[in-house]
Formats: sequence, C-alpha cells, structure tokens
Amino acid sequence: MEDAIAVRDLVVDRGGRRVLHGIDATVPRGAVTGLLGPSGSGKTTLMRAVVGVQVVTSGSVTVLGRPAGAPELRRRVGYLTQAPSVYVDLTVRENARYFAALHGRGAADADRAVADVGLSGAATQLVGTLSGGQRSRASLACALVGEPELLVLDEPTVGQDPVLRAELWARFHAMAAAGTTLLVSSHVMDEAARCDRLLLIREGRLIADDTPDAVRRATGVDDLEEAFLRMIRASEAGTARQEAS
Amino acid sequence: MNPRILAATTGRILRQLRHDRRTVALLLIVPAVLLALVYYMFVDQPTPPGRPSTFDRIALVMLGFFPFIIMFLVTSIAMLRERTTGTLERLLTTPLGKLDLLFGYGIAFGLAGVVQATVASAVAYWLFDLDTAGSSGLVILVAAVNAVLAVALGLFCSAFARTEFQAVQFMPVVVAPQLLLCGLFVPRDEMAGWLQAVSDALPLSYAVEALQEVGAHAEPTGTMWRDLAIVGGAAVLALVLAAATLRRRSG
Repeated sequence: MEDAIAVRDLVVDRGGRRVLHGIDATVPRGAVTGLLGPSGSGKTTLMRAVVGVQVVTSGSVTVLGRPAGAPELRRRVGYLTQAPSVYVDLTVRENARYFAALHGRGAADADRAVADVGLSGAATQLVGTLSGGQRSRASLACALVGEPELLVLDEPTVGQDPVLRAELWARFHAMAAAGTTLLVSSHVMDEAARCDRLLLIREGRLIADDTPDAVRRATGVDDLEEAFLRMIRASEAGTARQEAS
Repeated sequence: MNPRILAATTGRILRQLRHDRRTVALLLIVPAVLLALVYYMFVDQPTPPGRPSTFDRIALVMLGFFPFIIMFLVTSIAMLRERTTGTLERLLTTPLGKLDLLFGYGIAFGLAGVVQATVASAVAYWLFDLDTAGSSGLVILVAAVNAVLAVALGLFCSAFARTEFQAVQFMPVVVAPQLLLCGLFVPRDEMAGWLQAVSDALPLSYAVEALQEVGAHAEPTGTMWRDLAIVGGAAVLALVLAAATLRRRSG
C-alpha cells in the first residue's frame, strides 16, 4: 500500500538558516511512527511541512496521495502543535466542541475526545485554569475530535504523568490498529521503544528510518538511547571523512 | 465560506467574550460614564438659538465613536492572540476558510458593538435627554456598521503587529486621525482644502455625517444611506485586505 507520507529531498530555510537539509523519509499507513531528535533538530519544521503550513525551499511532501497543504487534506489530517493551541478563555468542552464543529462533528464526538484524553472531570473548567499537562491534553482532544486519517502530533506526551503517558500511547496504538496513521514527535528516547517505526533526525538531517528492533540489531545495543548515540557518532565520522577527502 | 463553520466560529468568539465578564462590564458601562461626563460638562452652556445643544451634537457623534474605538482595539488584540498562541496556525490546518474566520469576527464583535451602542443610546436618550430628529434605531444602525468597520480595520492591522504593545500603537495611528478630521471638532467644509481631502478619504467621516443626518432629519435621507454604504464598503474592503494578509503557509 502507498505510504501515508512521502518526503522527497525536503529543504527548508527559516530565518535565513537552513533547518532541513534534504530529508527523504516515508511514513507507513496504519502505524505509529516516532519522529525522534533533540530540541532544535527540525522535528517541528518537518511536521509543519507535512501539515502544509511551512514554506519549503525545495523538495516535495506527499500526504495521503496529495501534495501537503492541499485543501481536501484539511479534513483528513489532524495537527497538534507543540505549544498547546487552544483557547484559554474557553472551557475544555467548548474548545473540543468548536474544533468538532469545524470537522462537521457533534457535541457527543467532542465529549468522547475529552474523555479519551482523561479530562472528563475538568470538562467545564476554563483551559486557562488548567495545569500545563492538562492544557496539552485539551489541545490533543481538539486534534483527535475530527477522527482524521492522519494525526501529526508534536510532542503530545510532554509533561504528562507516567500512567497517563502509558494510556495515551495505548490509545495511539489502538487508533493505529483501527487504520489511523500517526506521526508522533518526541525528544525523550524512552518513547522511541513504543513506536512501530522510527525517524531519527539531528541537525536537520535524517540519521535513521527503521523499526526499533532493526535499530537495535544494526547497532548491537539494546538501549535505544545508546543505539542512537552510536548512529550519531557513526554519521558524524562519515561526514568528517567526506569533508576530509 | 461554510455557514456551519461560520456559525461555530461566531459562537466561539462570543463565548470567549462571555467568559470575560470584566470586559463585558467595561464595554457596557464606560460609554455611559463618558456620556455623563460630557453631559455635565455642557449642561450649563448656553445653546445658540436654532441650533442643536452642544451635548446633543457631541453625544450623537460619541455614540458612533464608542463601538469604533473599542471594537478596533478588542479585535486587534483578539486576532493577535490567535496568531501568537498558535490557534490561528492550527485553524488554518482545519477545513475552516479564511473568510469564515474573518466574517466570524465581524459578526461576533459587530453584535457586541450593537449591544454596546444600544445601551449607550438608551442612556443618552433616557437619562440625558438626547434629542435627535431621526429615530434612535438609525443611530444604532450607523453605530453597528461602524463597529463592523472597526473590526475589519482591527483584523487588517493586527497582521502588522508582532506583540500586544505594537497592536495598541495602531489605535492612535488608525483611530486618532479619523476622530480629529471627522467633522466633530471643526466642520469639514471649514477645513483647509488638503485636510478636507484627507477627511474625505477616511471612512469615519461618513459615519459621522450619517449620524448628523439622523440628528437633523426626521426621515432617513439619501445622504445618510450613501454614507452608510461607504462605511460598509470600506469595511468589506478592509476584510478583503485582511484575508490577503492571512497566509496558510509561513516561514
């Protein structure tokens, strides 16, 4: 089956600086793909390119068979920005119902999305009065509410309590099992093990595009953090050799 | 534009306003307090025979100013917040159309302007005996169109502000010249030619003229309708310009 996302030689400049240096990557359908990398590595820029809000310098991004940003994709793709982008002067429920309405969904769908992120108890609270973790879950609810085919989630589990984090990952896998494609970014390496597939990005370059098991096999270590460290060193050594020759 | 999305967006903006009770209270009370100030300033001033009293002349124009100034400010800050908190970027990845958002703001804050103008007019007519030849309904109609114009200008100007500090600086830039040249302080036909030309280019001048027409004539006049159409046209133009500043893709 055709990939959900196909990125070809994507170059992006932001503020006069090259942020992505020719990324080639694919994201399979119906799976959870992790986009891992340190802060500032270009994860958010890549995700913005996928949802079609990033001006790209060159290269192409194809999403669900259409060029990224095509109007019809706006009904089929859900996006969670890294900073919670919900209205602080509305309640959790009002936020969810508004984003539900944008996707042609009703109040019942909105309430279900709020329950799915564990915020039923805070549904009538103003978002401005919530904790940081609750706020980002409110934002997540607004991304889930349209039940899109592709979910692009920028660091959805940052600041969440470990039990909730496990629950959210279980939900992501349940959605993937039901056919949804998820692209989830994180800078926490322990979340890499929870993904079906991994994209490791560092300083705007893709270092790995594989399954967690394949990464472990290739590097000969079990711990993914250590495995990534070895891959980074190997790629740096490769770059240094290229520059020397 | 999509009626369902437009309605949801309008409702969302009004709900945000409703949760902000202090803003609602300020919107409704401040005009009444300022009208009271003007009333007591001029209550003992003699009125030249055959002319409207100074209070009638000023209060009538003020009823058009309130929604213009306040809705401009409220809108530029609200839209700037959409930009800085990331909700705008998120909205632009959903099926929402740019015009759904802009007209949503126009309708929501336009309605807020109508409520404000209605309360202020009630105070002016009943408490301070404002006297106009035309009906108070027409005064509120002009104020409402003025509110929509202010919203449209606010949406447009917010595109040029990065911070709230910058956004409020647009108030003196956009609003003050229009207040000075609208004909309240110096009649427009007594101004120097070049000032008159500037005044002719500013939409608020037409709103003020429309209000003065309501003040002087029992029935709506052709000039009033023409002025109202000009203010409405300026609002539509500003909305179109605002739509042009909204980019789905950014750097």
